[in-house]
Amino acid sequence: MKPWMKFGILVVAIIGTLGWLAAGGIQESKTYYVTISEVVAMGDQAKTKGRLRVGGDVEEGSILRDKGEVRFVLKQDKLKINVVYQGSEPLPDTFRDGSQALADGKMLQDGTFQASKIQAKCASKYEGKPNYKVPATNPNPNRAAL
Amino acid sequence: MENLGALAIILAFAFSMYAIVASLVGKWKQRPFLIASGERAVYCTFALLTLASGLLVYALIAGDYRLSYVAQNSNKAMPLAYRFAAWWGGQSGSLLLWAWLLSLYSAIVTFQNRKKFRDMMPYTVAILMVIQGFFLLLVGFVLSPFDVLVQGKGIVDVGDGQGLNPLLQYWTMVIHPPVLYLGYVGFAVPFAFAMASLITRRRDDDWIMTTRRWSLVTWLFQGSGVILGAGWAYSVLGWGGYWGWDPVENASLLPWLTSTAFLHSVMMQEKKGMMKVWNMVLVASTFWLCIFGTTLTRTGLVSSVHAFAQSSIGSYFFTFLAIGIAGTIYLILDRLDYLKTESTMESVVSRESSFMFNNLILVASCFSVLWGTLFPVISEALTGEKVSVDAPFFNRVNIPIGLFLMFLTGVGPLIAWRRSSLDSLRRAFMIPVAGALILVAGLFAAGIHHFYALMSFGLCLFVTLTIGGEFVKGASAIRARSGQNLIAAMVELTHRNTRRYGGYIVHMAIVLMFIGFTGKAFDKDVTRQVAAGETFQLGGYDLKVREVKNGENDNYTWSHAKVDILVGGKVVKTLEPERRNYKASRQPTSEVDIWRRLNEDVYLNFAGTEGGKAVIQAYIFPLVSWIWIGFWALLMGTFVCLVPPKTKALLKKGTPAASSKSEVPEAQFTR
Repeated sequence: MKPWMKFGILVVAIIGTLGWLAAGGIQESKTYYVTISEVVAMGDQAKTKGRLRVGGDVEEGSILRDKGEVRFVLKQDKLKINVVYQGSEPLPDTFRDGSQALADGKMLQDGTFQASKIQAKCASKYEGKPNYKVPATNPNPNRAAL
Repeated sequence: MENLGALAIILAFAFSMYAIVASLVGKWKQRPFLIASGERAVYCTFALLTLASGLLVYALIAGDYRLSYVAQNSNKAMPLAYRFAAWWGGQSGSLLLWAWLLSLYSAIVTFQNRKKFRDMMPYTVAILMVIQGFFLLLVGFVLSPFDVLVQGKGIVDVGDGQGLNPLLQYWTMVIHPPVLYLGYVGFAVPFAFAMASLITRRRDDDWIMTTRRWSLVTWLFQGSGVILGAGWAYSVLGWGGYWGWDPVENASLLPWLTSTAFLHSVMMQEKKGMMKVWNMVLVASTFWLCIFGTTLTRTGLVSSVHAFAQSSIGSYFFTFLAIGIAGTIYLILDRLDYLKTESTMESVVSRESSFMFNNLILVASCFSVLWGTLFPVISEALTGEKVSVDAPFFNRVNIPIGLFLMFLTGVGPLIAWRRSSLDSLRRAFMIPVAGALILVAGLFAAGIHHFYALMSFGLCLFVTLTIGGEFVKGASAIRARSGQNLIAAMVELTHRNTRRYGGYIVHMAIVLMFIGFTGKAFDKDVTRQVAAGETFQLGGYDLKVREVKNGENDNYTWSHAKVDILVGGKVVKTLEPERRNYKASRQPTSEVDIWRRLNEDVYLNFAGTEGGKAVIQAYIFPLVSWIWIGFWALLMGTFVCLVPPKTKALLKKGTPAASSKSEVPEAQFTR
């Protein structure tokens, strides 16, 4: 067998293994980005869809902390959903009234969204280098960049 | 004054356009005067941009709050260092930094080669100035840092600014972005030379030889920038990690992966005349990934939800990327005839194949990270649904890649060119393999059963033994003739072949970093609500909260905890994490406190207050300090690579590179 063929077989084997690992990784972590209007439109389908990442604004005054749980309301225009977060990680420093937030989790049977991870973005004009929990976007074009 | 700054940028743009025209016309019409004129225009661009940058920095430091950029990024209360760093605190200022660094590099390259490569230089200059022109187009006409705040017909002076976000007011902010930029901007030079070499239809490797140091230094800056970012995330941002596979982090990693592949594959071209097309593809990919990375971060391409607005600057970047990449592909395809390979691979068990696997795996990693980062964009385009993937995806693919890379790091340098006999393999690898197996068996017996961790430790020892073996073999040969002690012989050995042994030091640095990464498999953490006087446990330590104090000053309110770490009832260390809430920006920050040791770090984060009690997050990060130690070793190794060797290395194409024994020449130097 020519060296090139042997090399080629090894390459295919390596790429194949990586592809298989990648597919598993995608299955394990894939999360659907949705807006609140899309979640509402999905209706009961949202409860069986799997991991969702919902974005919206945190309604002023809705943040309630109670015994290791944080509840708040995420809204988009007039639509709202109730979110409950029971994770062990502390909420990001940017999470507060009025900030834009992303909640990763799933929709429960009772229509509450159970979040396992919260990311938030600064609502004010202060933009900074994103810390881990802040998404890489910023509506203000003058954001700090690479 | 802002008018002078804005004018300087526009003039610099004009000079860069002139440089392109003068260089190309001068080359085509054989007018050396025009070529020289074009090169002078490069120096003018540098001078003008230095002026513009200087004016901006002055405005930031002195506090000219009529400028909107100054009002957004600087303020009176900030220390000088941060007012300077505000230069790159926002979009337009950081673009000016990009442009200034590019002009600096262009000026240096033009000066270095003012008497050389007269055929290539006009094209090199022209290409660099095209890139320069793009950035100056943005900073001169689209997003000027010299814009003033206007109200009606008058200029407004707001008196004071918002300043940098408190999350950015750390010394790392002063260093991390410029180092990263030095890396990204720098790759324009090897790229420009590579394209010039193609345009002039050269068949030789001059473009590689002349940009070798550029590529190495640029690579070092890129890697350092990434590690500084990781260190910053770990020590400052308080989420208890150093890498999150965030799109912005990934964007900075992509070019580093391909430039690492490039640094290795150029050796194949130098020594065997192979992989010529591939090297062109790699250098171009690295450069365009740098541009792509900066696009990704500035435009919010990978946005979270549709609601996040896209900045208009994105369309400029995408156009530049599209035209540039198309042009590059055309050029490479058109000149394929000049990139014919001079040898072929004879055996799968050879150094050639090691290099090829090295490249394959690094590019595969780059591709997987790119794929994962762009997954939301791709999935939306293909299926209409926006799907993202997270750390599990990246880790699943890249951990095995990293382990395979570590394997190649040990095997590659010791395996022969063309083909290796089983006998030579046995001689070279018996001790390293034996050592690794013994270690793995020992760790397993000691209770460590984590598969990847075992493999990693085993491979790290394997590589360490191969590198150590190389140093000992070579130094012993020198010692036999010169009678020096072993250490002095190793220094002499390294000095005679700085590229090879410097490379070994860099490999060793990567081993140290891998040891640090492997520690992650054994992380521990616990989160507790504690009041003063309470104690909790984590991994063999008792953590006693001695006191929690609150207070405030002009800038922020604070909560400060003093936590004693006890082992066997005795206090071994006190950590003092703090939580701050900045008044002006309503921005909370966390000042973590870390007890760093070689075997593990104890890391405390004051996460917040709940029900009157402090919420303390405690972590144990085993081996993490080895990442930072590895970084210093990486710096040292790269410096060694840059030192000119004592003797000229023999680089004849086609002959197998000498083994370390025969590369040590007779000692003929006077001392």
